[in-house]
Amino acid sequence: MRWINREPSAVARFALAATPFALVALAYAAGSAARLAENPQDRILPAPSTLVETAIRLLTEPDRRSGEILFWGDTVSSLSLLFAGVGIAALIGLCFGLAIGLIPVVRSTFKGFVAVISMIPPLAVLPILFITLGVGDTAKVALIAIGITPFLIRDLSARTMELPQEQIVKAQTLGASSFAIVVSVALPQIMPRLISVVRLSLGPAWLFLIAAEAVASDSGLGYRIFLVRRFLAMDVIRNYVAWITFLAFMFDWALSRLSRWLYPWAETRA
Amino acid sequence: MSFVSVENIFQSYDRRPILERVNLSAEEGEFVSIVGASGCGKSTFLRLLLDQERPTRGAIFVDGAPLKGEPDRSRGIVFQRYSVFPHLTVRDNIVAAEGLSKPLGRVFGAVKRAARARADDALERIGLSHVADQYPSALSGGMQQRLAIAQALAARPRILLLDEPFGALDPGTREQMHDFLQDLRAETQMTVFMVTHDLPEAFKLGDRVIVFDKTRWDPHDPAAYGATITYDFDAQNGGIPYQLEEDEHVLDTDPEKPVASPG
Repeated sequence: MRWINREPSAVARFALAATPFALVALAYAAGSAARLAENPQDRILPAPSTLVETAIRLLTEPDRRSGEILFWGDTVSSLSLLFAGVGIAALIGLCFGLAIGLIPVVRSTFKGFVAVISMIPPLAVLPILFITLGVGDTAKVALIAIGITPFLIRDLSARTMELPQEQIVKAQTLGASSFAIVVSVALPQIMPRLISVVRLSLGPAWLFLIAAEAVASDSGLGYRIFLVRRFLAMDVIRNYVAWITFLAFMFDWALSRLSRWLYPWAETRA
Repeated sequence: MSFVSVENIFQSYDRRPILERVNLSAEEGEFVSIVGASGCGKSTFLRLLLDQERPTRGAIFVDGAPLKGEPDRSRGIVFQRYSVFPHLTVRDNIVAAEGLSKPLGRVFGAVKRAARARADDALERIGLSHVADQYPSALSGGMQQRLAIAQALAARPRILLLDEPFGALDPGTREQMHDFLQDLRAETQMTVFMVTHDLPEAFKLGDRVIVFDKTRWDPHDPAAYGATITYDFDAQNGGIPYQLEEDEHVLDTDPEKPVASPG
């Protein structure tokens, strides 16, 4: 039987999916044990038990200076910046994407401009943002928004233009104005695409957030990672990375469920 | 003056002529079938009637007035595909025929309830009430086209344009769609233009069958000349008046079943 036709059973699928995770965990445990056997003071690969102890400490022990649990403060601080940046980008991307996709005058005006703007490396603009907007939250939100908005605009305008011309013509024969076509024909069909393109841009959004926090901040997940790096606190860094990964994965999963729940027609069309 | 009059239309894309010297006049309530080889401008002609594009030369008048430059509610259209909105349920697709013409593109409150009730009546008539809450992707091709036609008719256009509406359907479904369309026509008495590749279908449904073809042909440059209307058959009563001259024994056959094959 050809490999392309071999479907694993439900149990095998679960086992196969778990294998890479298990292998990485095993390799880490083995590497950590080997290094610690040679030097009990080794900090590069802390033992799994140390990681768990650190996790418990991070979650329960308040900071000696402020009396707050830093872990949650960092999470709230980072997520509020991330949501603000992604939200602004999604709103701008949606409005411009629809307008560029549907209205020839807007397309002629902005298509070339967006194509050029999207080539600016966002991190190269970070110093400009810090200088003009200060080193506070505004600059970080701006970096995330600037970083992913051009991508959102380009993708959403392309999807809007891919709407079958027949539908646009049909809407006109039913008496729809330009505005009615935008809000009642194009917008609902673009929304599932917006969700999926936001999912794709969450990776870059995290990147810009952590980069901005690493450069100038006083709280946040990225700030903490780069702060404790000075003390070689690999146990803290690993826990923070695992937490960021978990958060990112949950957002991705939640968005995909949201899309399926809100737009069931989009799933069956493909 | 006739209801629809097409006066000396020329249409070219990138200086490549598609249609040349097309003249046609149709009375209100007439069913005009349009046939011809692939790429001979049938669909272009339909788009011109729809006002989706403008002719290079010539003009089209409906009820004495020239077309305005964009599609509107007076002419409904059904395409072979993509005619219904995939993001609306079957019922809401019919409601959209009323809602889209409102400022926000939808209806609210009591107006909405009334529109939904009318949509349910329409779905009952076309036999789709059992799938009113489903999305079009769950429907078969024939059901989708029935929905598309009902949606176009819900806007009460004066002219219905059909671009190979049954081209993607199997023969059995196609027969049902013919009956469906003929019933609707008997009710509404609207003017219909239908592009089709199927000659028996053209003669069965149409009052007239017009044929698009190229009158000039350059073997070294097949795209050098455009097409025009080369035949205009009277297809009423299954095309019998035309048949008599060509084929005497046609009287022995079922008059409902056309056997003509022009061109």
